[in-house]
Amino acid sequence: MTAFPDADRAEPIPTASGPALVIEPGRDREGSPEGFPPLRLVPGDLLAVVGPTGCGKSRLLADIEWLSEGDSPSGRKVRLEGFPAGIDEEETGTHHRVAQLSQTMQFTLDLDVGSFLDLHARSREVPDAETVARAVVEAACTLCGEPFTARTHLSGLSGGQSRALMIADTALLAAAPIVLVDEVENAGVDRRRAMDLLVSRDKIVLMATHDPLLALLAPRRLVLARGGIRRIRDRTPGEEFLLASLEEQDLAHTRLRDRLRAGHSACESEI
Amino acid sequence: MSGLRLVTMAGPPTCGKTSVLRHVLGHLQAAGRKVGVVKLDCLVTEDAQRYRQAGIEHVAQGLSGSLCPDHFFAGNVPRLLSWGVDRGLDMLFLESAGLCNRCSPHVRGALALCVLDHLGGVRLPAKVGPMLRSADVVVATRGDLVSQAEREVFALEVRRHAPKARVLGVQGQTGQGTLELARLVDRRATVLPADELRLRFSMPSAVCSYCLGETRLGDERQIGNLKLLELPS
Repeated sequence: MTAFPDADRAEPIPTASGPALVIEPGRDREGSPEGFPPLRLVPGDLLAVVGPTGCGKSRLLADIEWLSEGDSPSGRKVRLEGFPAGIDEEETGTHHRVAQLSQTMQFTLDLDVGSFLDLHARSREVPDAETVARAVVEAACTLCGEPFTARTHLSGLSGGQSRALMIADTALLAAAPIVLVDEVENAGVDRRRAMDLLVSRDKIVLMATHDPLLALLAPRRLVLARGGIRRIRDRTPGEEFLLASLEEQDLAHTRLRDRLRAGHSACESEI
Repeated sequence: MSGLRLVTMAGPPTCGKTSVLRHVLGHLQAAGRKVGVVKLDCLVTEDAQRYRQAGIEHVAQGLSGSLCPDHFFAGNVPRLLSWGVDRGLDMLFLESAGLCNRCSPHVRGALALCVLDHLGGVRLPAKVGPMLRSADVVVATRGDLVSQAEREVFALEVRRHAPKARVLGVQGQTGQGTLELARLVDRRATVLPADELRLRFSMPSAVCSYCLGETRLGDERQIGNLKLLELPS
């Protein structure tokens, strides 16, 4: 075994790339304690958030975005391990801590994909903007399966392409260690690959969804009701089996869509 | 002058000022603060009613009409402060929509908020001028409608023009982020200094014939300050 030449000067072993996120329980809208043990999420974790409309999903996501110190309506405490509690009075915003992806988001810039990525990369002061931009386009094309290039105008992207570009850009170019996802529609984006891409970049991903496939993609899920976290469920072996069949159906659906798009008959036995 | 804390809020039309402020005032009232709000606008406003519907008791509004909206604003600040003091308010918010980007309603010693709409695009912060540059807190609305990349570039552009300002992403419609904004405002707003009230940024330095009601165009009609643009030869 060789000794590390700089062992005495080496940094302490980094805990992956980003800090762990710790959520301590608060109370629901009626004031009953949530009663789950403190939840510790590490980079690479994917967590689904499920529950009916009005269940308190937005409050939970806001508690995370603003690192609540027990003084929000939920009373939850959220902190990043290794950092002082609460938000820094001097920090200029939350976008560097939490990136958000939702199906209502659009590109509003009048630019082509390459110029857009260059703008984002320069704002981040990324040294090799061109290489990163290429990687983002490549990753996005893999997610949506409909290739586009850096010269494609943002307004010329299909729904799937533009969602894929947003996801790839957030994974590869956004600094935030936490990504809050509000539903990813089933329109031309490989959702498993999208989530894999995000977690492979050492993000902590929380995904609010009503979609069974997305909910089951996460190994763990939070069940919300009446403003509180009711349960934390681990995905069961039975659910994993179900997920595999949902993914098969999803794939069949995608194939069918592609056939129709290409002008073929929907039936594979016909042309 | 009593314990009244003054907060000024400015931003381009329809950027979400009133929607955001309705939530903020609600949170402050719930926290036991006695708050009041005055909306100063140019031509039309129904915002006093919107505030009352949100349960805010101390509400007033005014229209500048034929007056320069920024002069109208500045000319009314002392009276509005006395109104707030008479009512025993803890905090008075002055919301101004009557701005042409040349001026800024922000007052020294009063917490200054600037509201900008993400949908205005990443070039908006460069175009807004002193109401942004002299602000303490920038409230960026409708971030739920643009991409993460655009939010990041937008925040960077805001910081370039207002390096010391806090930038908060807030949704006026859902109220997301308004509790945090209300807390920040409550922490940051202080009682006005006892000395003379002053604007943070000066108004235009001269008047022209059109300020006096002139409508006819032509060199012979123009008096006072005139600036001619340079055309390519």
